[in-house]
Amino acid sequence: MGELAGYVITGISLGFIYGLVALGFVLVYKSSRILNFAVGEFLLVGAYVAWTARDAGWPLWATFLATIIAGAILGLLIERIALRPLIGQPILGVIMMTIALSVILRGTVMLIWGAISKVYQPRLFPAEPVQLGDIVIRQEYVWGFVTVAILLILFTYFFRYTTAGLAMRATSEDHQLARGTGIRVKSVFAQSWAICAIVAGVGGIILASITSVTLDLSQVGLKSIAVVLVGGLESIPGAIVAGLIIGIAEGLASGYIDPLVGGGISEVFAFAIAIVSLLIWPYGLFGLRRIERI
Amino acid sequence: MLPAGTFNMSYEQDMAIIRTRFQWGAFITFLIALFALPLYVSDHWLTLANTIGYTLVAMLGLNILTGYCGQISIGQAAFVGVGAYTAAALGHHLGWSAWATLPFSAITAGFIGLIFGLPALRVKGFYLAMTTLGAQFMILYAFNHGGKLTGGITGLGVDRPAIGGFVFDSEEKFFYLIMIITIVMVFFAKNLVRTRTGRAFVAVRDNDLAAEVLGINLSYYKLLAFFICCVFAGVAGWLKIYHIGSAFPDHYPLMDSIWWLGFLIVGGLGSITGAIFGAVSYVMLLEWITILSPMLGNWFPGVSHQIFAALGLLITGLVIAVFIVFEPRGIHHRWELFKLYYRLLPFSY
Repeated sequence: MGELAGYVITGISLGFIYGLVALGFVLVYKSSRILNFAVGEFLLVGAYVAWTARDAGWPLWATFLATIIAGAILGLLIERIALRPLIGQPILGVIMMTIALSVILRGTVMLIWGAISKVYQPRLFPAEPVQLGDIVIRQEYVWGFVTVAILLILFTYFFRYTTAGLAMRATSEDHQLARGTGIRVKSVFAQSWAICAIVAGVGGIILASITSVTLDLSQVGLKSIAVVLVGGLESIPGAIVAGLIIGIAEGLASGYIDPLVGGGISEVFAFAIAIVSLLIWPYGLFGLRRIERI
Repeated sequence: MLPAGTFNMSYEQDMAIIRTRFQWGAFITFLIALFALPLYVSDHWLTLANTIGYTLVAMLGLNILTGYCGQISIGQAAFVGVGAYTAAALGHHLGWSAWATLPFSAITAGFIGLIFGLPALRVKGFYLAMTTLGAQFMILYAFNHGGKLTGGITGLGVDRPAIGGFVFDSEEKFFYLIMIITIVMVFFAKNLVRTRTGRAFVAVRDNDLAAEVLGINLSYYKLLAFFICCVFAGVAGWLKIYHIGSAFPDHYPLMDSIWWLGFLIVGGLGSITGAIFGAVSYVMLLEWITILSPMLGNWFPGVSHQIFAALGLLITGLVIAVFIVFEPRGIHHRWELFKLYYRLLPFSY
């Protein structure tokens, strides 16, 4: 029983991170209809920036702040330089551009920080585990929950009550109409990219504090895209719910299927779920059913 | 546009790929120069030429699927791997000769491609890109964890192909094998896209709903495109494994799938010439980076041993990004403009 709960809790905390990164992806898609394959590399950049800040001896809050600022700058720059020229281009060009961006970012990270994996020194979160009944949880997981919960509350507030958030929702409905009401659609695009890079970067810090700061972290980006497929491209709650589903499924698979097949199933399980889910619900659990006209 | 003074007087002339006497001359000169290549270049260049050969075959398949039929695939390297592993497993475990495994490589890759092409019946664009990405991960997982069948991470070795006592064991001998198969595949691809099937692919790409209304069987043609694409991949895998001599999961990485797709855009999506430009520029760019990176290694002392990997990612990614922004129609389009220019040379209006 304790074993099962352990896998589920690991899965939930992973799932929250997938959900967080998927949320950034969904935001960009909703506002600008661009599929951001570089989301995993945003996560990577965030984790490495945090490592540098931590290495310089900055406190926890300053580390997070540095990552958030770096993420915002990165998102804004990328939107302006790489993606604004592609507005109105066919989908393959846009997809290929974000893939190229992901590769460029990864190459840059390798050039700056090298390919050797690192750990946060000093640790971001205390090492003592938390005791919940007979279940033992690492502190990183708890802080992961807390961070994701805070971010979700912030986003709910942002989208319900702030002008920028409302502008973003309006833009996701219809670009022309949003323009008509005086919203600067292009700056909304830029904001959504900044937010995407920020949430991915924060997810990167938490994930890297659980495992280590390596180039492999960007795998999570591709997995979170699988999450988006399950949840539906347009749905923020869908991203979180599907993140949890895939996280838990992956936790259970790595616990119970791995011994049968010799390990590593968690690398592919998310994609297997996504493909099966695509065959059953082509537009995801909460996605909009697309009606096309000629 | 035809060169000045060339007219189509009959249906055969209209359909001919090679039209004028000059083009015939150029074509034959090219073939002679190509097949005489081992006489005047070193083994290193022959290895590059061989790499271009099987990369081109894989990219031709991808071009038919993505460039002509409009279905995005980020899993081509894995399908190449399926072809390679089929040949390796048949050759290694059952002792089949290389020639006997060729059709099986092609067909097996084709059918595996069909399985992963099934979601294309319900989804397209981004969703399909993700399923093929999933295919890439799952197929590589199968290679890594296939036990005795795939040899796991130690891979499978194969014997070199042979005709009678003539063994294809050097770069030079392989060059002829790869070039002949590549030329056959180019010819096949070039003609395929001019047939009814090819036109159906283009219709599906341009607007699949409109194509369906016109009476094109969408599911049939989408799956056919996947099948043909993966047959090409299987042939490429067959060439690759006998060229390298063994099959490892690492030889079919995700990055290859991505680069091939990217360099199809660089070369020119939706044209056979574009695929050729793409394959050549891809292999040449990698070679250039290999030469360049030790020099740049001095600038980044901290990462000197990963400089090749890092620069490879950086430069190749930048090339693709620059092409997407500034010339989304690729080198092929520039080439067409150039041809137009010199054909009209003194009278450019």
